[in-house]
Amino acid sequence: MITKRIIACLDVHDGRVVKGVQFVDLIDAGDPATQAARHAREGADEIVLLDITATHEERQTLLDTVRRTARELFVPFCVGGGIRSADDAAQVFEAGADKVSVNSAALADPTLIDAIGRSFGAQAVVVAIDARRDPEAADPVRDAQVFVQGGRKLAGRRVVEWAREAEQRGAGEILLTSMNCDGTRTGFDCELTAAVSESVNIPVIASGGAGTVEHFADVFGRGKADAALAASIFHFGVSSARSLKEELARAGVSVRLSC
Amino acid sequence: MRVTVIDYKAGNLTSVLKTLRHLGAEPVVTDGDLVLVDSAERIVLPGVGHFAATDRLDATGLTSAIRAAIARGVPFLGICVGMQWLYAGSSEAPEQPGLGHFAESCARFSESNEKVPHVGWNSLEILPNSRLLAGVEPGEYVYFTHSFKAPVTADTAAVTYYIEPFAAAVERGNVMGVQFHPEKSSATGLKILGNFLKLEGTE
Repeated sequence: MITKRIIACLDVHDGRVVKGVQFVDLIDAGDPATQAARHAREGADEIVLLDITATHEERQTLLDTVRRTARELFVPFCVGGGIRSADDAAQVFEAGADKVSVNSAALADPTLIDAIGRSFGAQAVVVAIDARRDPEAADPVRDAQVFVQGGRKLAGRRVVEWAREAEQRGAGEILLTSMNCDGTRTGFDCELTAAVSESVNIPVIASGGAGTVEHFADVFGRGKADAALAASIFHFGVSSARSLKEELARAGVSVRLSC
Repeated sequence: MRVTVIDYKAGNLTSVLKTLRHLGAEPVVTDGDLVLVDSAERIVLPGVGHFAATDRLDATGLTSAIRAAIARGVPFLGICVGMQWLYAGSSEAPEQPGLGHFAESCARFSESNEKVPHVGWNSLEILPNSRLLAGVEPGEYVYFTHSFKAPVTADTAAVTYYIEPFAAAVERGNVMGVQFHPEKSSATGLKILGNFLKLEGTE
């Protein structure tokens, strides 16, 4: 039986894992390679490494980090942040990533999705969407808006429509982050996740708001998510992927426990 | 030990090469140098992407060289599309023949309420006497990402269920294939690739 994936996310700045609330007050949370290996050992189904600064000068640092992290990692490994062209993606794949996540650059030029998919296969392209509900809208879920620049700027697209277009262009997965829920630890946006998941035929990874085991069970059930991203709850040993998955299994969620 | 890895330019070989090296093998890559196939001790055909990309194997002469190596008893492992290529063909690219080592053809998952592609960790039901899957316990999980699949037949070495039962692994003599990605399947995947690297040829 197919299992729900628990994906460990490492936010990386200048070659180090960092943790902060909405990208401020960054705390050093260790070496990416060490952290990724630990999460995989503790049962994470996949590792996502997001370069949260990704300036041009730091490209080489990122590629070195990806290379070091991939070396001893034998679960799927996705890298995002600063991938603006198919060439950028090629370098990240060459360094050992299995998938790349694209966000702002794909909104600026949607053919980027087609280009990476053609060269490396749809399974290698994750389109990340930063979503915010519009409380004023007639239908806050259907009318939820895509944001860029770390949630500061409206992209001028509706979330569900952009997810559909990304799929048609050859995205293999959607990584949906709720800006409303991110950092709150009050739970995922299950309504929005379900709306996206029901609109596409590719997996949807839910992100933003995880705080408890119940939140994960909820987004896999009501939210119809295929996978869920966990960042802060895994850092500093607060909760391991294994303990999270054991509790999810007890709650009736199908997860991979042997690893 | 040396492993000839076939590159047909349909994606990224880094993960497969890295994993083979981790297991102590020395991968050598060929995208058309037939000597590396003619002298191969064992062969891996990785695969991501579209079945149509396997036309490059015909154009470069690799198909004939691989067929000859298989006939000599060289252990062969196809991964994902590399496994599907061992069959007669795939409805993903009906005009492109596969190797035809297994007589059946691959097809897309049937229409259902489930998503296609099948992406994620799913469990294996192991059939008896597989050398490739020796030591893998029933129910162990491996990582899949695919929309097309091979049917369950007498040569199937492991079955996985998604929408319908399909061949997660196939094995006859020295010729083997896995639909999942052992290089991405944690300890279970390493065990399976390790088994392949330990196989003696059947010459």
